[in-house]
Amino acid sequence: MEDNLFLSKITVTLRKSILDPQGKAVQHGIHSMGYDAVEDVRIGKFIELSVNVASKKEAEQVTEEVCKKLLANPVMEDFAYVVEEIKRR
Amino acid sequence: MGKVKFGIVVFPGSNCDHDAQYVAGHIMQQDARLIWHKESSIGDVDVVILPGGFAHGDYLRCGAIARFSPIMKDVVDFARKGGMVIGICNGFQVLTEVGLLPGVLLRNSSLRFVCKYVNVAVENNATRFTSACDKGEVLEIPIAHGDGNYFADDITIQKLVDNNQIVFKYCAKDGELTEASNPNGSLLNIAGIINEGGNVLGLMPHPERAADPVLRHTDGQKIFESIIESFTGTERTAESISMERR
Repeated sequence: MEDNLFLSKITVTLRKSILDPQGKAVQHGIHSMGYDAVEDVRIGKFIELSVNVASKKEAEQVTEEVCKKLLANPVMEDFAYVVEEIKRR
Repeated sequence: MGKVKFGIVVFPGSNCDHDAQYVAGHIMQQDARLIWHKESSIGDVDVVILPGGFAHGDYLRCGAIARFSPIMKDVVDFARKGGMVIGICNGFQVLTEVGLLPGVLLRNSSLRFVCKYVNVAVENNATRFTSACDKGEVLEIPIAHGDGNYFADDITIQKLVDNNQIVFKYCAKDGELTEASNPNGSLLNIAGIINEGGNVLGLMPHPERAADPVLRHTDGQKIFESIIESFTGTERTAESISMERR
């Protein structure tokens, strides 16, 4: 049986209740450029994991665990992810 | 009891490890050894210091990767059994990440790395880390961090207040808790907290950088003195301190 490769695309963002000073600074910059329509800016992290497991379900499980244990701190961050299968030649 | 044995954990990227060893060993004349983070055991030590620095480059989040260094399992076991652990700056961040202390240290509200002397008020001197201080005493100790903005949810903060777990607060020279004296945006001006058991302390200021008389600032010595006294004083002293806390 051959293993499959999956790509997890993860975003980690500060929780809504937490002030994001970096986002605020960028927002000021955007307003200075004249784009007043931009009401809010939040800055986060984008992380990709290549996961070699048998099924998409397993890849999701690994991703979930890694996010909870390491990639996001639930006190201040939320995370979200999508898992895609990568075709190996 | 002979000398108190300090064990200072060295992560790749720690940079206050030798300062801590110098102060504990040379200035305070105790036993002070370095422990590499790959070790599985802290060995025969009385106190563990998680020093300042940028463990594992502070990548991802400060302290997030250090928390999985092999040594941390034994540090957590040691703390759960009542062993004394003090986390300074980056060490404080590691303690929150590993769950020995509640809350988190966010990016400074100014987004700047702040490196300067600050005044901190001793809010709780009935701990094994602050018994050599007076209650309300103002210590002058430097900070040097980019992520020292203490945050926790309302319930956690209330619990810290109710249990008297907030040990240090940033303040003005006269001890007044002002917004201007808060260097990083910490809730309630929090500079340092202790766990419920009273054996794990985390603080952003660097007592080891204000301990050598040559530097003309020695307020940091009081933290080391307190720790040492909690071992060399009579057993009753340490115990009565912990009773006072309740």
